[in-house]
Amino acid sequence: MKVTRRALAGLLATPALAQAAPAVVVIGGGFGGASCARALRRNGLAVTLVEPNATYTACPFSNAVIAGLRPLQRQRFGYDALRAQGIAVVHQAATGVDAAARRVTLTDGSVLAYDRLVLAPGITLRFDALPGYDEAAASVLPHAWQAGAQTELLRSQLDAMEDGGTVVMAIPANPYRCPPGPYERASLIAHFLKTRKPRSKLLVLDAKDVFSKQRLFEAAWASLYPGLLEYVPLSAGGRVTGVDLAARAVVTEFGNHAGAVVNVIPPQRAGEIARIAGAADRSGWCPIDPGSFESRLLPGVHVIGDAAIAGAMPKSAFAANAQARVCADAITALLRGAPVPEPRLLNTCYSLVAPGYGISVAGVYRPAEGVLADIPGAGGTSPLDAPASVREVEAGYAEDWFETITADAFG
Amino acid sequence: MARVLLNIPRSVRPGEVVAIRTLIQHGMETGYRPGADGEVLPRDIIRRFTATYDGAEIFAAELSPAIAANPFLSFTLVATVTGPLVLRWQGDNGFDQTETREITVAA
Repeated sequence: MKVTRRALAGLLATPALAQAAPAVVVIGGGFGGASCARALRRNGLAVTLVEPNATYTACPFSNAVIAGLRPLQRQRFGYDALRAQGIAVVHQAATGVDAAARRVTLTDGSVLAYDRLVLAPGITLRFDALPGYDEAAASVLPHAWQAGAQTELLRSQLDAMEDGGTVVMAIPANPYRCPPGPYERASLIAHFLKTRKPRSKLLVLDAKDVFSKQRLFEAAWASLYPGLLEYVPLSAGGRVTGVDLAARAVVTEFGNHAGAVVNVIPPQRAGEIARIAGAADRSGWCPIDPGSFESRLLPGVHVIGDAAIAGAMPKSAFAANAQARVCADAITALLRGAPVPEPRLLNTCYSLVAPGYGISVAGVYRPAEGVLADIPGAGGTSPLDAPASVREVEAGYAEDWFETITADAFG
Repeated sequence: MARVLLNIPRSVRPGEVVAIRTLIQHGMETGYRPGADGEVLPRDIIRRFTATYDGAEIFAAELSPAIAANPFLSFTLVATVTGPLVLRWQGDNGFDQTETREITVAA
């Protein structure tokens, strides 16, 4: 039997020889980090996942939790399947990265050495971006843009609100986590108000004029929530520039808007460890090579998911999962001295505008001129004119997608 | 008529520095962009903005094709007398729109 070098490398990298396998450390146990850790392990590498929380709370579908359509418990995932697969899961935060020495420092002072490092730190909310909106203000006017206690806070505030109250939402400029997410949230809050507190209003203030699946959302709002949901884009004075906490109001260039419930989604940047490591540029996000997701600033360090500047790819759980698998294969190739395959990446974002009413946007991406570019003609959005049955099928696809992706990431 | 958003205090103290904010909804078509038929869309921009306070021009701006759609302009004035603040946008294709607000100066 003829054994090529690459096949031999594959044979050597079996679990029995894991001690000798190159070590990869993954920081961050969300959709990107967990998926990448599992894919690296499947490729026979020794993997350590660094994640402070024992339980992950998923953002996709958390807007349904806010609208009372789903328990938060269904958003929670643990890391037992990763451990069972032979991944070392360390429940600590990474406090430092020494890219020259290839070492990560953890909260307890211990040090992990690596051959390749993956940063999947998600986002940090910029509590310096909107005057008056800091972490303390977020306990009164929730962002609910990192799922968990904030999701519950917004849900309970909506529950407690008197019928006839105004709900105010502030949406940031690009880029931010989950481009269609704020509009799905607006839709589902409007559904909640329509069915539970029909004299109430929802005011949606946006720092931009165009957004993901805009025509689909706006058509759905016009038919489902007329007179209830008011959308104010940038060109109509929708950009929120600050918060007046005492007045429970958001501030715009042309006046203040108070609400019984105020949901402020602030601007964002890459997760804090990316900045500490030096992987983030002045934009606050991490430039990467689009074929391998290796940092343009730190050799040997890869960045995936929301933290990365992924060109045309949106910051979504689907994208993070796709990038995780591409990154894992690139790292495996690099460690084995093999060429890095040129990837194709897929993303689909489903949004619910009401229960049983789903819409989607899909895209296919490849590296081109140093960035991840849309492949023209691939992907697309749900048809603008479609019967209710099509929307219902898509809502079902959204559920199926969530089951599939959480199974891939968390087992 | 284009939609205009204004943030102008109605009543101010003598000598107070007042921030004026304006936004006008206008596409600001550059004149360099091809349309769906491949033909270049003719330029259609706001060329000039002026603000007069109690009859005197206090602020003016020349706008160019590089200015984004829906121009947002903000400036300050020192409130000295009660009088009208007249804001005027002029541009291609005879575009000409004026908004007037009274500023009341009271001690």
